[in-house]
Amino acid sequence: MKIIHKYTLVLILLAVILSGCGTTSGQNSKKETSSRETAKKKDSVQLLNVSYDPTRELYEEFNKEFSQYWKEKTGQEVTIQQSHGGSGKQGRAVIDGLEADVVTLALAYDIDEIADKGGLLSKDWQKKLKDNSTPYTSTIVFLVKKGNPKGIKDWGDLTKKGISVITPNPKTSGGARWNYLAAWAYAQEKDNGEEVKTKDFMRRLYKNVEVLDSGARGATTTFVERGIGDVLIAWENEAFLTLNELGKDKFEIVVPSLSILAEPPVAVVDKVVDKKGTKEVAEAYLNYLYTEKGQEIVAKNYYRPRNQAILEKYADVFPKINLVTIDDYFGGWKKAQDEHFSDGGTFDQIYQPK
Amino acid sequence: MAGHVSIQYPHSPVNRTMKESEPRLVKWLLITAALGFLCLFLVLPLVAIFIKAFEKGSAVFSAAISSPDALSAIRLTVLVALITVPLNAIFGVAAAWAVTKFNFKGKSLLITIIDLPFAVSPVIAGLVFVLLFSSHGIFGPWLQAHNIKIIFEVPGIVLATLLITLPFVARELIPLMQTQGTADEEASMTLGASGWKTFLLVTLPNIKWGLLYGIILCTARAIGEFGAVSVVSGHIRGVTNTMPLHIEILYNEYQFSAAFAVASLMSLFAIFTLVVKNLIEWKAKKSMVSEEGGF
Repeated sequence: MKIIHKYTLVLILLAVILSGCGTTSGQNSKKETSSRETAKKKDSVQLLNVSYDPTRELYEEFNKEFSQYWKEKTGQEVTIQQSHGGSGKQGRAVIDGLEADVVTLALAYDIDEIADKGGLLSKDWQKKLKDNSTPYTSTIVFLVKKGNPKGIKDWGDLTKKGISVITPNPKTSGGARWNYLAAWAYAQEKDNGEEVKTKDFMRRLYKNVEVLDSGARGATTTFVERGIGDVLIAWENEAFLTLNELGKDKFEIVVPSLSILAEPPVAVVDKVVDKKGTKEVAEAYLNYLYTEKGQEIVAKNYYRPRNQAILEKYADVFPKINLVTIDDYFGGWKKAQDEHFSDGGTFDQIYQPK
Repeated sequence: MAGHVSIQYPHSPVNRTMKESEPRLVKWLLITAALGFLCLFLVLPLVAIFIKAFEKGSAVFSAAISSPDALSAIRLTVLVALITVPLNAIFGVAAAWAVTKFNFKGKSLLITIIDLPFAVSPVIAGLVFVLLFSSHGIFGPWLQAHNIKIIFEVPGIVLATLLITLPFVARELIPLMQTQGTADEEASMTLGASGWKTFLLVTLPNIKWGLLYGIILCTARAIGEFGAVSVVSGHIRGVTNTMPLHIEILYNEYQFSAAFAVASLMSLFAIFTLVVKNLIEWKAKKSMVSEEGGF
């Protein structure tokens, strides 16, 4: 019996210690947050930037630069927290209550949703900043294996028999929607706008798609790490990043004859910054993207800067491509979304899961 | 006793000479198959994790697990485990006690509900909290009016983990306490001990190994949970990323070695858990044997 008593005591002690730990650390973190909150009003401030997948490296560099700039200008310490994921999913999280001071997503439609469904910013948000609220642009290119063994040069080659294509699912991925529309624009130009022919082209292209990942990063990993597919349709910046991270000796970029001007927009989330009192710094943060310093960082991370002088400087990185825009060619994102990606839209019509 | 009968069965003289060779072959085949399967699907991946983790040298490894984001992920994971495990241990004991020592209406319903988190996908468990606490959820407007943040914050992660790990302790204790019956407690009560005293001196010593075992399983799951936490986390670096989420992020950023470094840390913990688990099982068996011997 004595032994049992000892064990009981040990057990109870353990339980007490465990629960004690739980409560004390809980209190500590509470204290931390409350002290953080009081400090916030004085000399430090926090921003949350909710972004999409491929911007990780861009904002890591940009945030450091902005913190330094803001400190020099106002003496205030600013910490920028980052959250990355598929653009649609991130938009959804903001609608559900993720308190983003700024959103920097893959396409305007996802921010429109935050305005419509969440009511967190005004519907004319895209007019608030220069250049359609997109401080940088990108486009869609192909990534192929070194030496281009299958001889892929343009969109038409992707529809050939025996070519395996990797692109994410346009229903869930912002990047994939740009991919889809770029291919669509090419086919329409080629067939003089005959929709039947265009749809046939798209059908053949998507028949060649081997894996339909849910996000751009997933698709890149499928192509690069798992070695599936002959060609990856990807963001230009994502393609460059892959070359740098995983070796220029393994892959190369192929630029098609026609592509789309991808405009990933940025916006301050009005309701959140009003509540947190971070309006001034959040606006300064996004505006800083348009400055020369900001544009330089943008270009270094393989996004095409809006600033013409800086774009010229990096001309050898960004080849001139014939680019169509979503507004001119597809009548804006709302229309494109309804026509192509809603239930029963053209994507549903042309794509049959294997 | 029933076990002994079945063990003795093959030794009966009738079967012995004729069928000895075939069962042996079957036995070896089965053992090889099981071991081969284990090696292929468990040992090999585990080894691969460690190889990949140290691929770029121990400097990269230690940098990966001591970066601010990794440290905050580790801290958060430990905090979540420290909150959820004691709570679920208390709940588990209470539930198991209620189910096995009392008779009441809706008892089987209670047991079924306790099992629910096992049956439901973690993603759904996470989405439930989104439905309840998101700004368009049922309690969303009230929470916002009172400036209480649950989802995309630490409380949301704690709640999701709490739900997922809820059955572990209770499920471990219920069968154990059922076989033990209520005789010991009744004797104690008859001799005049209070309910609390009976629990401390009679029930707790009886269930201690089962309880510890349940707590260990519960801790392992609380630390490793990905699905439900992923839904409610918001993925804010250095704030709401737990270790499993941090691993995913590192992997997606092409930092494969760093991802596997953190993964190997978690694997080490899992192995440690298994060792402790086996130790407890061994101890429990020993204490049972010594008790039996004492009588």
